[in-house]
Amino acid sequence: MMEVQDQESLGRWDRLGSRDLSTRLEAMEIISQEVTRKVEAIGPLTSSPPATGTVLSSDLNDILAHLLMLSKRCPFEDVRERCIQLLQEVQDLGVRIPRPLGNGPSRFIPEKEILQVSKVDSRTQSIFEDAFAALGRLDNISLVMGFHPQYLESFLRTQHYLLQMDGPLPLHYRHYIGIMAAARHQCSYLVNLHVNDFLQVGGDAKWLNGLGEAPQKLQQLGELNKILAHRPWLITKEHMEALLKAEEHSWSLAELIHAVVLLTHYHSLASFTFGCGITPEIHCDGGHTFRPPSLSQYCVCDIANGNGHANLHDDQLGDQDMCGEVEVLMERMKQLQECRDDEEASQEEMATRFEREKTESMLVVTSEDEECVPSRDISRHFEDPSYGYKDFSRRGEHVPTFRAQDYSWEDHGYSLVNRLYPDVGQMLDEKFQMAYNLTYNTMATHKDVDTSMLRRAIWNYIHCMFGIRYDDYDYGEINQLLDRSFKIYIKTMVCSPEKTTKRMYESFWRQFQHSEKVHVNLLLMEARMQAELLYALRAITRYMT
Amino acid sequence: MEKMSRVTTALSSNTISGKTMFCHLDAPANAISVCRDASQVVVAGRNIFKIYTIEEEQFVEKLNLRVGRKPSLNFSCADVMWHQMEENLLATAATNGAVVTWNLGKPSRNKQDQLFTEHKRTVNKVCFHPTEVYMLLSGSQDGLMKCFDLRKKESVSTFSGQSESVRDVQFSMKDFTFAASFENGNVQLWDIRRPDRYERMFTAHTGPVFCCDWHPDDRGWLATGGRDKMVKVWDMTTNRAKEIYCVQTIASVARVKWRPEKRFHLATCSMMVDHNIYVWDIRRPFIPFATFEEHKDVTTGIVWRHQHDPYFLLSGSKDSTLYQHMFKDATRPVDKANPEGLCFGLMGDLAFAAKESLINSDTNRKPYPGGDRRNPLFFFKKTDPTEQFAHVSSALTIYQTGLDSNHMDWFVSTAQRYLLTGKPFAELCDHNAKVARELKRPQVSTTWTMLRIMFSDPANLPAAGLNHSLSKLGSLPLMNSFSLKEMGSVLASESRLERGKGDSRQDNIHLETGNSHISNNNEENEETEGSDGPAECMFGDAELDDDDLYSMDHENQAEEQEYTLPQEGFQLRHEIVDNPSAPEHFQQDKADSPHVSGNEAEVPCLTPIESFSLISISQPLFTHHLPASFFCPIVREMLSYYAEQGDVQMAVSVLIVLGEKIRKEIDDLTQEHWYMSYIDMLQRFELWNVSNEVIKLSTCSAITCLNQTSTTLHINCSNCKRPMSSKGWMCDRCHQCASICAVCHHVVKGLFVWCQGCSHGGHLEHIMNWLKSSAHCPAGCGHMCEYT
Repeated sequence: MMEVQDQESLGRWDRLGSRDLSTRLEAMEIISQEVTRKVEAIGPLTSSPPATGTVLSSDLNDILAHLLMLSKRCPFEDVRERCIQLLQEVQDLGVRIPRPLGNGPSRFIPEKEILQVSKVDSRTQSIFEDAFAALGRLDNISLVMGFHPQYLESFLRTQHYLLQMDGPLPLHYRHYIGIMAAARHQCSYLVNLHVNDFLQVGGDAKWLNGLGEAPQKLQQLGELNKILAHRPWLITKEHMEALLKAEEHSWSLAELIHAVVLLTHYHSLASFTFGCGITPEIHCDGGHTFRPPSLSQYCVCDIANGNGHANLHDDQLGDQDMCGEVEVLMERMKQLQECRDDEEASQEEMATRFEREKTESMLVVTSEDEECVPSRDISRHFEDPSYGYKDFSRRGEHVPTFRAQDYSWEDHGYSLVNRLYPDVGQMLDEKFQMAYNLTYNTMATHKDVDTSMLRRAIWNYIHCMFGIRYDDYDYGEINQLLDRSFKIYIKTMVCSPEKTTKRMYESFWRQFQHSEKVHVNLLLMEARMQAELLYALRAITRYMT
Repeated sequence: MEKMSRVTTALSSNTISGKTMFCHLDAPANAISVCRDASQVVVAGRNIFKIYTIEEEQFVEKLNLRVGRKPSLNFSCADVMWHQMEENLLATAATNGAVVTWNLGKPSRNKQDQLFTEHKRTVNKVCFHPTEVYMLLSGSQDGLMKCFDLRKKESVSTFSGQSESVRDVQFSMKDFTFAASFENGNVQLWDIRRPDRYERMFTAHTGPVFCCDWHPDDRGWLATGGRDKMVKVWDMTTNRAKEIYCVQTIASVARVKWRPEKRFHLATCSMMVDHNIYVWDIRRPFIPFATFEEHKDVTTGIVWRHQHDPYFLLSGSKDSTLYQHMFKDATRPVDKANPEGLCFGLMGDLAFAAKESLINSDTNRKPYPGGDRRNPLFFFKKTDPTEQFAHVSSALTIYQTGLDSNHMDWFVSTAQRYLLTGKPFAELCDHNAKVARELKRPQVSTTWTMLRIMFSDPANLPAAGLNHSLSKLGSLPLMNSFSLKEMGSVLASESRLERGKGDSRQDNIHLETGNSHISNNNEENEETEGSDGPAECMFGDAELDDDDLYSMDHENQAEEQEYTLPQEGFQLRHEIVDNPSAPEHFQQDKADSPHVSGNEAEVPCLTPIESFSLISISQPLFTHHLPASFFCPIVREMLSYYAEQGDVQMAVSVLIVLGEKIRKEIDDLTQEHWYMSYIDMLQRFELWNVSNEVIKLSTCSAITCLNQTSTTLHINCSNCKRPMSSKGWMCDRCHQCASICAVCHHVVKGLFVWCQGCSHGGHLEHIMNWLKSSAHCPAGCGHMCEYT
């Protein structure tokens, strides 16, 4: 019986995504009837709810939370209005209604800076509607990415294809792999999101108790997940072989590619989530509260990361110090562009520069002081929680150099992915290019700036951290263009994203706009994904030859 | 086999000879190039830069150009080219963006001549002009091509492609034109004397064009290879570049090189996954003309050893080997190709194509009597003297099964009338039994009835329900008449089975015997198929069934013998058996006959009984009835039997109707296979609704997800014919509502029907109503609309 109800409840939200106004209104009507029915079933709230009542009321609360989310996030105005109205009605009946926690989709970016669902241009609106129709929600990630609608479109298309379209893996596997990958970085936001999706596509709730409860086949993926997330250069063809030749639990090549793409996608998306301080979805745990607002103003995570109101005045202070930061950066870029031909560094020098940058990147200190213990809730999705990037950096382990010219995404990675998982290669290719080439020719307040040099420096710096070297790049440029606080941010976000704090976010590029910082985040995310993919695909190629 | 004498005549200078041979390199090669007299080859890679002389029996390392304590990145070569006029001159493209020339005539150990560091990104390709000694061209990742005069220290001209990185540059053989291929799929044509803009640009591939090569003789033919796994040959002599040939390979194409002296041949190797080198005849794009399979990792460089000798190919690879391939040692895939094809038609026709020689040698075959017809069709390809392919002329033979052209009707009508869901199990069975009976397929009908009896849980099923269904059965007209003389016919059909087995092999879909020429069919099938093993398996199945039934009966005997058997039971069943028109009955017959002869006790649970009183008496017995799961092995055998016979419809229908009761008994792969076959057949008969229902009802995840694919519907605006972006019913461009009903002038949201003549239309209902009163188009365009 419960299952049937669940099915119904899922169906009821689905139809709100329709583009047809009357269908939406109809669906809204059904929902409002159901809410009324449920409210009546609970009866007067004054009496303490009996045991059976708690099930009912938690069910109602879920619906109310969902309504709250819709009232804020639904791209259709009619649904938003109706939801607000309905919540008001329920409140008038004496039922406690939820209110959103936190301020908007991101903790780092003031809500007023982020696009309001109600005030977007027609293109973004259409992208939002598509996303809403596909998932029944418009998540905070999409809202933040809404700064860059071109990219968002490509991102959502790829993600939709990976999760919902034809592919070798069953749907619930895909979400589970997403959970595994996000959990590796203790990204509770993504985990919560996909736990819901996982259950929605018929996944076995038992698996959520931990990787040990999942099928053997998925358990075997744990090792790859771990290495890929933290030290992708250690992946060898033996790892792939272990997965591909495990008799009854073995993966097919196509499945493995699908899994690898999903893992890398969610590792890097976790980086983005932390890097932009994405707050929990309103309808998920931690996104709303039924408590009256008089209590704590902080989100739990805010406290854990040391983000209170304390650094409100930081901005003013910083502005004075960093005045002219943008101009200095632009001047350097100009110099580099001009001086390039004069100063001809020897080849040895170039190699040393790469090595130096690589080694230094290891030494960039991420906030080591606080030992972040993953909450038990999330750590159950992966094994060996202590395995992280920092282990290796402390020991000063050497990262072998990966020559980009010998195994590049364009020539090799693409061909392999597209061969085994058709169309995805193309989509990823477009997404990488979109991220790499995206520019508005602006820097902070300056217009008509060629930012390609800066973008390339960021991209190559991230690949450099993973040991990927481009022969045709002078790594001295990185030192000129990326200052220390920016490097710390990049390093933290890419290697241990869970440690990203609001302070870090604020302390780099102070004069830049939030949209530009999100742009940087997109670059970081895609560069990281490509780096991980390259290592994994190279191992698969080696296995195949 | 090629003749060596031709080689010698073709060569201008000394004769080339040798054998297939290889040598190990110290490191993976990225590119190779030969000197003009074909005696030496240079191999370049990230960690290797060496010259080998090609001797009769082996490669001999002649010179290592990688010198110095700490070799710089200038040695890390992406490409290398040996000058075809000046034999001491080489050029390399370095991954760090340097273009380096090397002079082998230098007395010092370091042969480096000039260094150009003008490119900012990796240089992918260098190319000497074929006739101008000092002209060198480079193409780089930074999107620029530069032309160097080797007498000067800098480039003389820079060509900007205004697009992404340059993957290949190739001088045309005769003039000052060069072609450049780009990562974004474009190919540009430039005049070396005009650096301001390209002369022509066209999109050759989707995704990067990795390579291009001008035809050595046919001026204006350009071959390009891309990441989209295609090799295309373009005719550049016309105003617009015209694609004249296209070869689809199995992996992205890294290099392409025309074969000397062979106008239509070119060699390719791939960037990833596939390690072989293929030589294609571009007129025969489906099978490579020759294949070299020696390399263990991707081939990175291929070059014909001499520009007038088509029999020697050199190749370098990531597996750190350098090979000389002899054409005579190449694998010829065409020899292994099987020029025979066999295919079933929808109506059970069989088409068979084979080499003509094979068919002709088979002269002693008898012609087909009666209904079976053989239509030999012969196709000849006009021979082209330049082609070196074995000329295969094939004969196509079509066999028709029987004269009765409507013989698949039963399938269609069964598919349409069967009920698979929506009613209680027993009713579904009864309904389907009735359908089968009405289509004169009594064996199938009986099977349904048996299934109902086996699986209707007697403990839970109220007697009324059973009685009800039984009484319904009893009232069917067919059940009323019977005769007792059917034993003979059972035996007869068994013996016919022996002969009929060939027939059932010949045609998996349609099974019809009763023809007088079965023996002929048999003979024919032995010729084509070679074995009738599967038919024997079928016998095995049938026997197994017997055993199962027997054993069950014995267990049951004690109880069931307690009451007397109604004589009617026998006769009814015989009546059902009595229809020897289809071979599907054989199994049934065989399975049944033992009960007829020996085990009478089993009958009550197999046969419908007319008498009410008897049922009520047997009711307590039914409570001790065998659990439904007991029958599962039998049902599984039965389903497999039907599927084997080609009646996959029955197998799938039973699978759906029985649902959980049987699903676990049959492994998922088999189920999926059955579903796929049935859905395929339904779709070929255009029974879309039924096929969709089957997909929906199936429990295999692989099947149900069929319904979730291709769910996007792309529509164009009816006014401006542009694709509609996903914004409701308004077209973005012309700001009009698309798809307006011609009758009511409202937007059609739902079923839209339109006349294919004038493309006006509207709501299905409205148009239907309109057409009742008028034959003209409701839009007033004057067209006499036609709807089918």
